[in-house]
Order: sequence, then C-alpha cells, then structure tokens
Amino acid sequence: MSTDVVAASDLQVYALYLGDDCLILSHRLAELAAHAPEFEEDVALSNLALDLLGQARALLTYAGVVEAAGRDEDALAYGRDDREFHNLLLVEQPNFDFAHTIVRQLFFASYQLALYRRLEHSQDLTLAAVAAKGAKEASYHRDHARLWTVRLGDGTKESHSRMEAAVGFLWPFTGELFQPDPITQRLVAAGIAADPAALEPVWRAQIDQTFAEAGLGHPVELGIRQGGRSGLHSEHLGHLLSEMQHLHRSHPNASW
Amino acid sequence: MAGAAADPREAAFQASIDAERSVEPRDWMPERYRATLIRQIAQHAHSEIIGMQPEGNWITRAPSLRRKAILLAKVQDEAGHGLYLYSAAETLGVSRSELVEMLQTGRQKYSSIFNYPTLTWADVGTIGWLVDGAAITNQLALTKTSYGPYARAMVRICREESFHQRQGFELLAQLSRGTPAQRAMAQDAVDRWWWPSLMMFGPPDGSSPNSAQSMKWKIKRVSNDELRQRFVDMTVPQAQALGLTLPDPELNWNESSGHYDFGPIDWDEFAKVLNGDGPCNAERIRVRREADSGGAWVREAARAWAAKHSHPAAGDAA
Ligand SMILES: [Fe+2]
Ligand SMILES: [Fe+2]
Repeated sequence: MSTDVVAASDLQVYALYLGDDCLILSHRLAELAAHAPEFEEDVALSNLALDLLGQARALLTYAGVVEAAGRDEDALAYGRDDREFHNLLLVEQPNFDFAHTIVRQLFFASYQLALYRRLEHSQDLTLAAVAAKGAKEASYHRDHARLWTVRLGDGTKESHSRMEAAVGFLWPFTGELFQPDPITQRLVAAGIAADPAALEPVWRAQIDQTFAEAGLGHPVELGIRQGGRSGLHSEHLGHLLSEMQHLHRSHPNASW
Repeated sequence: MAGAAADPREAAFQASIDAERSVEPRDWMPERYRATLIRQIAQHAHSEIIGMQPEGNWITRAPSLRRKAILLAKVQDEAGHGLYLYSAAETLGVSRSELVEMLQTGRQKYSSIFNYPTLTWADVGTIGWLVDGAAITNQLALTKTSYGPYARAMVRICREESFHQRQGFELLAQLSRGTPAQRAMAQDAVDRWWWPSLMMFGPPDGSSPNSAQSMKWKIKRVSNDELRQRFVDMTVPQAQALGLTLPDPELNWNESSGHYDFGPIDWDEFAKVLNGDGPCNAERIRVRREADSGGAWVREAARAWAAKHSHPAAGDAA
C-alpha cells in the first residue's frame, strides 16, 4: 500500500488522464470567448477555462516529471497526436449550442468535484494538492452549470427542447466517467487514485437532483460510448488538436 | 424650450467644473454634456467588447499553455472592462441593451483599430504593446475626467491595461530574440500596427470638432495631438529595447522640442476605416450580431425562469 510499489508509467498515465480532461475542456470553453450569449457569460466561461487550464498545466507538468524524459507541459500538450491523448470523450464534444456547453459542464464538473474530493486524500501529495485546489474550482463550476441547467430546463419551450437535445447527445458519454481500467485500479489499490466506480452514486445524486429541478429527464442506464482513456477518440478531437497544435508545431525548437 | 445658454444652472455647472468638482449621476447637467458622455463611454465600452475578437482569434492557437492562460485572462479582462463601462454609461440614463443595439446597427462606433485583422501570433503581442499602450495613454488622462463614475472606471481599468501592455511587450521581446521566423513575425506585426495605433488618438487638434467643448467641460483634459506625442515619446525607446524598427523614416529625436518628430498620418485611411471600409468592419459586427442573436434564446429563457420564480409565494422556495 505504499507509493513506491507503483509503476511510474501508471502514475504518469493517470496524471495525463486527469490533465488531458482539463486541457481539452478548457480549450472547448476558450473557443467561446467573445461568443457567449451575454457578456457576463464571456467572463464566467473564461473563468472556467482558466481554472481548468491551470489544473491541466499542473497535471501535465507532473506527468512530465514522473516520466523523467524531459517533456514539459508544452511538449505534452503540443507534441502528442490524438491517439496519445487520454481525455474522456465527453470533454472533447463540441459547443453545438449553449445547451451542449452547459450539459457537458454539468456532467463533467459534477464528476470532477466528486473525483477531487476523494483525490484530496491521495497518498500522492502532488495529486492531493491539485485536487484540493481543484475541488474549490470544480464546486464553483458545478454551481454555474447547475444554475444554467435549471434556468434553461425550466425556462422556455425552446430552451427546454434544446436542453433535451443536448442531454440526448451527451448522455452516451457518461458511462466512460465511471469505467474502471487496469492502470487506475492499480493506483486505487495503492491509495493514489480515486476509484471511478465509487464516484457514480455521488454523481447520479447530483444530476438527478438538478434534472428534477430543471424538469429534465435522462435514461436510467449510463451511456456506453468509451475509448478516450486508451486514445480512441471521436472525430472531433483531431480538429481541436490541429488548431491547438498548429503554430507550436510549425516552429520546432522555438520558445514562446 | 428656452435656449440652453439662458439656463442659469448651466453657469453654475461650469463653475463647478472649473472648481474641479466631479459631476455625479444625480447632479444636474446640460443635456449636451450628458449626450457627449454617453456617446464617449459607450464607444469606449464597445471598443472593449469588439476588441475581444481580434485577440480572441488567437486563444485556441496560442503556442504555449502559459501564453494561452495570459491571453485568455486578457480577453476576459476586456469583457470585464466592457461591463464596467456599460454600467458607468447606465448612470446617465441609458440601458446597456440600447447601447449594444446601437453598436450592432452601426449607430455608435468603436475604436477603428479593431477593424484590422490579427494575422499572426505576433499581432497578439503587438496589440498588447501598442494598442493597450495607446489605450493607457488615453485613459490615464481620463482618470481625471469630470464625470465621476467614468473617472473611477478608468482608474481600475488602467491598472489592468498596464498589465496587458507589459505582457504584450514581453511576448514581443521573446519573439524578437527567438528564431529568424519569430523575429520576422514580430517585425511584420509592428509594421502593420504602428500607424493604426497612432490613429487611435483621433484626428489632429485642428480638425477635431467636438474637442473644444469637451475640454471646457473637462471631459477631455489633454488634446489628441498631445496624447499622440506622449505615446510616441514613450514607445520609441521601447521599440529600441525590443530591437524592432518602427515603420516611419521620419521618426527622429528632436533636441529642441524634447520630443520625437514623426511622419504624416494617413487620415484618409483613418476616415475610410472609421466609416466602415476597413478590412474587418463587417466581420466584427457580423460576429457580434451572431453572438447576440445566437444567445437570444438563452437570455429569453433566463428572463422566463426569473419571472416564474419571482412570485412572492415562491420567493423563499428557491
Ligand atoms: Fe480594456
Ligand atoms: Fe487591454
């Protein structure tokens, strides 16, 4: 049960799991800068994006340190191809409309809050520190998403039907949040990672309560689309990365 | 209606201005003073909002995570500035939605600088350095403007703008000591942004029709040409420190005036861009309208929800 029996490669990949989630979702939110439905939301969405980017930087940096091969946060963010990204499929889904953005936020922030609250007690002090800081941020993100989910679900006919469509589109990606994989399970056994399956009840309670208030429904069974953790993504990630990485990769060895 | 000049309150108002007392929202003020301020503060707010677009254009392509965070925070600051300024304008009896509508229908303007495109990453640094630099020069003078809420907004905004300026300078410094391609990128951006930055201070004093009255009311404290000169004097040594060339062969230190001389500004281009024929005028308004109309259902839903939940009986339930 001590950290020294843990393979560095496991820890590195786990840091990438969490870091890539933050990096990709931050990017999606950043796409909305100057395009939000009201100016207050431009500020709020940028806040979310900045929080997640901060977490991503800490986690990618840590993954590089654990790997000990000289890769820093930028080498990991800009130098990997889509098959080497470990983020959940949920976070790479596009901002088709504000309802999609909000439902994606609600699903992810509720998950991340539950995750960080457990990870605060990790045997790995770096992960514990990221989680402790991140939990405060995730709690704000969850509240922001919850507020909008209720307003839009219980707002107008149009907002309600847009929310239904967004839930319909994003629900299939929810199962992956709680899917155990061998790397995570080994780290759970060592007291380092949070057990994804254990997060599900907390998450469900949050979603059910919010949906009840919003007058929204969802299928009983979690969705089954998965593959992100092992690098099998939706088509959307490649486009996101080509935009994100293009300039950096066009100037090998440059500093910015 | 009697002529405004006959109104005795007008003389008292001017006396108060002359005594350096700030004007507050509840004070009586001449309608033209009010209208001038609404126009100016709104134009300023619109500039913050439209200014998010050219820089936001590079957030998703920022070449390092550190730069991405800095740029994202900057664009967020500009949204905050816009909100803060719209609030200042609202103290004069207009609503934000009226003002935004006037922006989107072209009845009110925003700074013409934002009608130029951001073509490379170096444009992000150059805007921070030159455009935020010019904005600070303008706004430092406005921290002493006669209308209290506007002056106070400027104090807060200036603090953030000077951050932006330093970050822009630092970004360019990094490029100019980088690879040959990075250096060329930086020089190209400075070549494109230098003259439009000088135009940000508005037409020369001789052909600036509203300036005299604004100076008398102490809305404006420093003339366009004097502000422009301050900016040039501040910026030339910074360009030298960066090792970048400003694209003006007539730029020279003038020993006797103690200022830099600079070449003639293309005021025809300024007029053209201001009147809608700049490279990005149509695009900026298109994007703004699209964000506005695309978000209409969201705002409507929020209003509908608030209305449903504002019944006294339901007041405590939420
Ligand atoms: Fe600003
Ligand atoms: Fe700024």
